[in-house]
Amino acid sequence: MDAVSEPARGESFVLEPRALQALLDAIVAEGYQIRGPLVRDHAVCLDEVTRVEQLPVGWTDEQEGGHYRLTRRGGSALFGCGVGQDSWKRLLHRPLALLWSAERDDGGLALSEPHEEPARFAFFGVRPCDLAAINIQDGILAAGRYPDPFYRARRQGLLTVVANCTSAGGTCFCASMGTGPRAESGFDLALTELWPDTANHALLVETGSDAGTRLLAAVPRRPAGDPERREADEATRRAVEQMGRRLDTSDIHGMLMGNLEHPRWAEVARRCLACGNCTLVCPTCFCTNFEDGGDLELRHAERTRRWDSCFTLGFTRLHGGPVRRKIRSRYRQWMTHKLATWFDQFGTSGCVGCGRCITWCPVGIDLTEESAAIRASDGRSGR
Amino acid sequence: MSIRSSLLPRTFRVVERHEETADTATLVLEAEDGAPLEFAPGQFNMLYAFGRGEAPISLSGDPASPQRLLHTIRAAGPVTEALAGLRPGEHLALRGPYGSRWPVEESEGKDVLVIAGGLGLAPLRPVIYRLLAARERYGRIVVLYGARGPDGLLYRAELESWRSRLDLEVEVTVDHANGAWHGDVGVVPSLIPRARFSPADAVAMVCGPEVMMRFTVAALLERGLAPEQIHLSLERNMRCGVAQCGHCQLGPFLVCRDGPVLPYTRLGELLTIHEL
Ligand SMILES: Cc1cc2nc3c(=O)[nH]c(=O)nc-3n(C[C@H](O)[C@H](O)[C@H](O)COP(=O)(O)OP(=O)(O)OC[C@H]3O[C@@H](n4cnc5c(N)ncnc54)[C@H](O)[C@@H]3O)c2cc1C
Ligand code: SF4
Ligand code: SF4
Repeated sequence: MDAVSEPARGESFVLEPRALQALLDAIVAEGYQIRGPLVRDHAVCLDEVTRVEQLPVGWTDEQEGGHYRLTRRGGSALFGCGVGQDSWKRLLHRPLALLWSAERDDGGLALSEPHEEPARFAFFGVRPCDLAAINIQDGILAAGRYPDPFYRARRQGLLTVVANCTSAGGTCFCASMGTGPRAESGFDLALTELWPDTANHALLVETGSDAGTRLLAAVPRRPAGDPERREADEATRRAVEQMGRRLDTSDIHGMLMGNLEHPRWAEVARRCLACGNCTLVCPTCFCTNFEDGGDLELRHAERTRRWDSCFTLGFTRLHGGPVRRKIRSRYRQWMTHKLATWFDQFGTSGCVGCGRCITWCPVGIDLTEESAAIRASDGRSGR
Repeated sequence: MSIRSSLLPRTFRVVERHEETADTATLVLEAEDGAPLEFAPGQFNMLYAFGRGEAPISLSGDPASPQRLLHTIRAAGPVTEALAGLRPGEHLALRGPYGSRWPVEESEGKDVLVIAGGLGLAPLRPVIYRLLAARERYGRIVVLYGARGPDGLLYRAELESWRSRLDLEVEVTVDHANGAWHGDVGVVPSLIPRARFSPADAVAMVCGPEVMMRFTVAALLERGLAPEQIHLSLERNMRCGVAQCGHCQLGPFLVCRDGPVLPYTRLGELLTIHEL
């Protein structure tokens, strides 16, 4: 391997698996805190990773509706597991955040925000669907008239190293949503794992930004050739073929919004527990609620923001009670929001096809199946 | 944090408090930093009561006086109870203004119908101020207002002074009268058939409980208004006011951002879907 010539943006290279440690070291040397996939509590979680051995090497996962299991497959694959219940949104759009505190005395009321140095994160091993999810949350929390400074500060310093998918999970459908299994842009670096468990095991690295390109300068590498590029394309194609689910997105907005009174909503409501798991694991679900507290002397008060779920009864509470009383209405709200009204509100789909909501639903409710069932008996007149 | 969060409110001092009804008061507020808060009729602020929380409350004063904000608050729960109970000299915090506005300028040259039920008059009062400030630019102006009972009427003195004007038609009705009431009895929509305006050239701005708005729209369509001449202000659970908490969704709309004022043409069918 030669590391003599400077890498240029847009180029692709090949790394040997052990060179990945040099990449992790280079990221740390740039002052980033790396977060990446590791095995904890029998699942893939996202936490601090500084050593290659911390990655879920040799693990794979089984995912089905309401089912998740990690199994040891052995071998050398670094990225053999799909996404777990954890997602990057936990790090950018925190589950619980202090917004500000208030002090009251005889003279009045004084409000102040917490002083925090925003963490400079490097997300390592981001799946393409999850990269798309970050972009979707950007559109809600970092754009618009009132960007969330807490989110934006973390987002602005972010470095992303994508791990393209070369095998697909049992519940994912990124190919239907156009978000994967290979990321085209929006990353600093993108890795594609080639020929694991063989002597040729290697990683194809694509550069997507100047920051990513700079990092490679210190990493042993060689320019990518045709065999590696071809194998990356092949692996992508295999992942598409393997994908456990698909969703027909043709006219999905019109199809769902034209079927708001479809009997299927009541049918799925008989199975749905309104537990809210799907909203918590979803990497794009952004809803929050606010909580207020204070000390007993009524001098100090705090306002915090916490993830919320549209499956709770209190979510739509108004003077006369909740607007969405029935689970039917709440499931309908969630699914039509993900697949239809998100387009009206934010100009994108609210679903990236990661499959988390299917895997982590305790009763295995599957939005691709629900959508297909409604489409199969489309209640719009003339169909 | 270098950027000020849009969720961080400013402090205001209560300078006056007017009791409107048994559970509703109007607060007059001035910013501690003296900076005016320019707003358009129909917009709302998020008001914070110390330690209790925030609630969306419409701006109910004159947009021409952005240094003196008026909010009419009904004690409906812990936050609004604390807010409505604030006395002159006490403080609250506030952020805004948020949301869409009534089409006041767009209605120049036309007859304007201001139709309110209960607290719905609060977000419409700024419209009346604006219309009266440029009275000559509008055709007929009709204010139709209803409350549950005579004790529930907001802005009594002001209603009376408007009623005495010759260039304004003001009709007030109550659902249930008591002995001292000599006015109309019935629901607001029942005032529409006899109100004087030219349906072909009128704009209706409606705010009140959702049932009241539904019947009002039906009565307006009956009188010959087209759906695009009708505007409604909606109420949903709102936590952030800045299109980030997700609570106020109504199908394609985030009511805090796209509303609360929306043209009936964009709402029509959505309002007929149960629990949307
Ligand atoms: C755009 C907009 C403008 C509004 N303008 C005014 C106004 O000018 N004056 C005014 O008094 N009120 C107004 N409201 C209603 C007011 O925001 C609610 O009454 C308030 O949020 C109740 O909060 P709470 O904490 O006091 O009560 P909560 O503890 O939240 O609840 C107490 C009671 O109020 C109900 N409630 C909760 N949230 C709402 C809500 N958003 N709307 C109605 N009821 C609710 C609950 O079901 C319960 O019965 C407006 C609401 C919106 C969305
Ligand atoms: S809706 Fe389900 S599949 Fe789609 S992004 Fe959310 S969790 Fe993933
Ligand atoms: S769909 Fe499944 S995960 Fe979502 S609320 Fe219903 S039971 Fe829970």
